[in-house]
Amino acid sequence: MMAEATEHVTLRVNGTARELDVPPRRLLSDALRHDLRLTGTHVGCEHGVCGCCTVLLDGAPVRSCLMFAISADGHEITTVEGLTPADGNELHPIQRAFQDCHGLQCGFCTPGFIMTVAGLLAENPEPDRDEIVEGISGNLCRCTGYRNIVASVERAAELLRDGDGTPEPRADDGGIASRHPSPQGTAPTPYDAVGDGVPADTDEAGGRGSE
Amino acid sequence: MTVVRPRSLSEAIDALSDAPDADLLAGGTDFMVEVNFGHRRPQRIIALRRVEELQGWRRDNGVFDFGALVTYRQIEHELADELPAFAGASRTVGSPQIRNAGTVGGNVGTASPAGDALPLLTALDAQVVCDGVDGRRTLPLLEFITGPKQTARREGELIVRIRFDRCSGPQHFLKIGPRNAMAISTACLALVADTDARRVRVGSGSAGPRPMRPDEAEAFASEAVDWDTGDIASDDLDTFAEMVAGATAPISDHRGTAEYRSYAIGVLARRALRRAVADLAGATS
Repeated sequence: MMAEATEHVTLRVNGTARELDVPPRRLLSDALRHDLRLTGTHVGCEHGVCGCCTVLLDGAPVRSCLMFAISADGHEITTVEGLTPADGNELHPIQRAFQDCHGLQCGFCTPGFIMTVAGLLAENPEPDRDEIVEGISGNLCRCTGYRNIVASVERAAELLRDGDGTPEPRADDGGIASRHPSPQGTAPTPYDAVGDGVPADTDEAGGRGSE
Repeated sequence: MTVVRPRSLSEAIDALSDAPDADLLAGGTDFMVEVNFGHRRPQRIIALRRVEELQGWRRDNGVFDFGALVTYRQIEHELADELPAFAGASRTVGSPQIRNAGTVGGNVGTASPAGDALPLLTALDAQVVCDGVDGRRTLPLLEFITGPKQTARREGELIVRIRFDRCSGPQHFLKIGPRNAMAISTACLALVADTDARRVRVGSGSAGPRPMRPDEAEAFASEAVDWDTGDIASDDLDTFAEMVAGATAPISDHRGTAEYRSYAIGVLARRALRRAVADLAGATS
């Protein structure tokens, strides 16, 4: 079989211009994973349902499996790898929130959720619960039942609003602490992963973020 | 497979001149799914994303004029006040990721009976502007869409704009699907209570081989509504619902039976008209 002709494209990925020669048929998701070795972008269904392959294209979440790599030529792409500093030791506040609130179990869907939430919170820094549910409606999670993911988004919004990602929630700041007051009335209160909808005690469920 | 990526309309038409039967790619939310499934094996693609003349929308002299590449996201965010049913319909499309990519021109060009933008465009008598190797022409939407996923677009042509006259009065879009997001409509309907013409205008989706226009039901409702007080008799709502349901020709498929769809369209029609009339009453009180 004749080798397929390639096209030269420049993808601006996580702030760096990456020159690539790709067959026109190459999906953006495959170019990111196979050509650029950015395997944080996951591929689940490859037909636009699961949301695992979500990346930011010029800041807006899109499905990278429904796009040819060459269609992204010249656009700014942000993958989950691009959320954190290059040294890779720090978690982005959204990632920290998912950790704090147990917003994942197997983790396969998580990069897609993180990128979708990054787009959502950039546009709407204080989404209410309905807006969060709507915002993540194009991402499937088969483990968590979504409750902890919604809590993670609320927590992420709070961390991002507080700037450095190490918040001191106040009762009057309208953040998660005031919406779901804990007995102590201070620390954020993620939902118990297998709970009944009632916020868990912070000491049990606060997790690594409140240590 | 080759992909041509024109930057301007003239480059796009040149590309069509070279390959009149090329597949046209806009947001890709339908096309790419077929490619990934192997249902479609395109040889030549013209990717329109960069074509300058197809971007953006404007309103001049009471005419809304949409470039074919205007996304659902733009409609949802920029037209919620002026075209609430169009913004509402856009908000029901897929998910945020899909709405960031999918385009109104793609919805018209794909011509799926379930296309969420199509009922309102039908109710508003939208015009489809095509351009191509043989020049520009404008067709009414219901002449452009000839059947399920079939259009009057000729080889060597592309959709450049979608236009319709601005219309005063309340408008509603209603849709039934299995969930609030990521749902291809089982039945959907747009209704406009045009207070200038004192005319009820309706388009229904997933209700026939193409968007359906219930002319007789519209005429009946336009007479039945008291446009000054914002009132309609309950019996007349029932009659209207039956007439709209009767003006459908749906199929049975995995999303619903034909019988259910016709019934559902009637329910949506009644509900939309009741809400629009209530809006009129609210506006006059």
